[in-house]
Amino acid sequence: MKGVASFRRDFEPWNDGSARPFIQFDNLTKRYGAVTAVDRLSLDIYEREFFALLGPSGCGKTTLMRVLAGFEEASEGAVYLEGEDLAGRPPYRRPVNMMFQSYALFPHMDVAKNIAFGLKQDGMGKGEITDRVAEMLTLVKMEGFATRKPDQLSGGQRQRVALARSLAKQPRLLLLDEPLGALDRKLREETQFELVDLQERLGITFMIVTHDQEEAMTMADRIAVMDVGQIVQVAPPAEIYERPASRYVADFLGDMNFLPTTITSTKGDLATMEGEDGTVLKALNPHQATIGRNAWFAARPEKFRISRNRPVAACNVLQGEVWDIAYLGDLTIYKVRLGDGTFIKASQLNRDVMADDPITWEEQVWLHADPQTALVLPA
Amino acid sequence: MKTSRFTVWLPYLWLLIFFLAPFALVLKLSLSEPAIAIPPYNPVLTWEEGIAGWWVDLKRLSFENYRFITEDSLYWKSYLSSVWIATVSTLLTLAIGFPLAYGMARAPRAMRPVLLMLVILPFWTSFLIRVYAWIGILKKEGLLNQFLLWAGLIDQPLTILNTDVAVYIGIVYSYLPFMVLPLYANLEKQDATLLEAAADLGCTPFRAFWTVTWPLALPGVLAGCFLVFIPAVGEFVIPALLGGSDTLMIGQTLYDEFFKNRDWPVSSTVAVILLAILIIPIVIFQRLQQREAGA
Repeated sequence: MKGVASFRRDFEPWNDGSARPFIQFDNLTKRYGAVTAVDRLSLDIYEREFFALLGPSGCGKTTLMRVLAGFEEASEGAVYLEGEDLAGRPPYRRPVNMMFQSYALFPHMDVAKNIAFGLKQDGMGKGEITDRVAEMLTLVKMEGFATRKPDQLSGGQRQRVALARSLAKQPRLLLLDEPLGALDRKLREETQFELVDLQERLGITFMIVTHDQEEAMTMADRIAVMDVGQIVQVAPPAEIYERPASRYVADFLGDMNFLPTTITSTKGDLATMEGEDGTVLKALNPHQATIGRNAWFAARPEKFRISRNRPVAACNVLQGEVWDIAYLGDLTIYKVRLGDGTFIKASQLNRDVMADDPITWEEQVWLHADPQTALVLPA
Repeated sequence: MKTSRFTVWLPYLWLLIFFLAPFALVLKLSLSEPAIAIPPYNPVLTWEEGIAGWWVDLKRLSFENYRFITEDSLYWKSYLSSVWIATVSTLLTLAIGFPLAYGMARAPRAMRPVLLMLVILPFWTSFLIRVYAWIGILKKEGLLNQFLLWAGLIDQPLTILNTDVAVYIGIVYSYLPFMVLPLYANLEKQDATLLEAAADLGCTPFRAFWTVTWPLALPGVLAGCFLVFIPAVGEFVIPALLGGSDTLMIGQTLYDEFFKNRDWPVSSTVAVILLAILIIPIVIFQRLQQREAGA
């Protein structure tokens, strides 16, 4: 597995100017009557990438996937696979397979026949099909289930069969539409790692559609966050979490505290700003907000340190009253009410077991976040 | 508790009163001898001598009528011809009904209730009147011949009425809704993503139909076929009105035996045997339905 890990570490084709994109959405628009589901969207996906399309329902992510699979025709623009325009090519002539959200297993066929279905369409020989089906069953750890019918399987087993069926034809690209949506939490977490492992072993490009940020963060090399038919940001998980391009992205992935401010000065990649009550705030300024502009001071809950004494710092110091406490086991989340009534969420890692004198409800506390961990986001 | 037990027994009670009791009468009739009397038979099993008398009566029971039916070729020819006509009509109904039901199930959701309504609409008129109407369409100077002559497709009017063809047309027309409705119910609830999955795995739409849609539609196909076949075998009105003198169907033979020959015992025998023949497909149908429900 070491080889795979090192491959993963250096895998950044999107930063390599000479790399040719595997899939290219070029100014793609898809309209249903008056509704525009995908709006002039351009996106490059590279070979062997695990790519996630993330967004709320109705943002167009599923439409984008269906255009790629060939179930929908683009209204404008084009989709290229290795430079070849896919327009007019029906789904049964695309080297792309899809795992459906509902799994869409054929209820009248047993597991083996379901997996063999695509191979039969290709006219593969009987012996070869038997071998490949056995191989696929081993791959998804379902060896003993070849003769079961789909309705005799649990949700997790059906998910595995659907995966095996979509992988049986060894597609160049596998599309996964909310693949783990129907699984319970524990199984979902396990399957996430399995999927990543599988994708690395098989070397197939995966494109996954999900509304679950955790799923996208765990599995994907890059995440594209979508909103009303457009891509708001494409970046690796850490970047999208730590450097969200907008308030929308920051809100969609994880929790973020926002304070309305006005920029008072900028220096290097940092900007100083003033909160509505005159608090001096300092944060990274990747969007180059200029002096006098209104902007959001944005910091994630875990970036705040909570204490009873005023921290020794010139900026990003907030005072308030503990309004609510949520103990989550690994974390404790404090909801702190500032003087002007706004709430800040601050989370602390519970490194010590049952601290002697924990901060409790209605206490006056101080919050501090390092300027390097906070962001200026356009208002 | 009592009410629930009552509701369980209610359908059985219904069957007992309206099916088993009349059937027992018919069965008894079929075992008696014809006579010139009113009613025209010598009753067996009478109450006159009480239970003790039954023993004597039972010995007098005659299977003569059953023997007679196997001897006279008219009867088994009628049965065979009925089964043949019903089989052909059922297949024709399926051939027309399947595309109809398929089209309905694929129609825009808002259109479906309207289409369903159109299928049921003929039931609002009397069955007899609708079959009569076909006489006006099929006869020599009827609407169909007039149209074909006018269109220049034929120069001599076709003889359709009073042939087996007219009987096929009549049965297919009359029983089409019984084919379309179960098929529609099946096709409408089929998951459309299964076809997408098939296409995704390299299946052309034509092959996807035969590997996915058709096998999944089989329960509906069987239900529709039995719903058409079973009543079509015993059909009386359609061959009587549209069929010719050489159209042989058991319903008519039974009618003639009963009303023209006034041979109640033999006509009862014909009815009992018809039921026996029909019970076979009914039992098969029930078995399939149970398997469907159990799966």
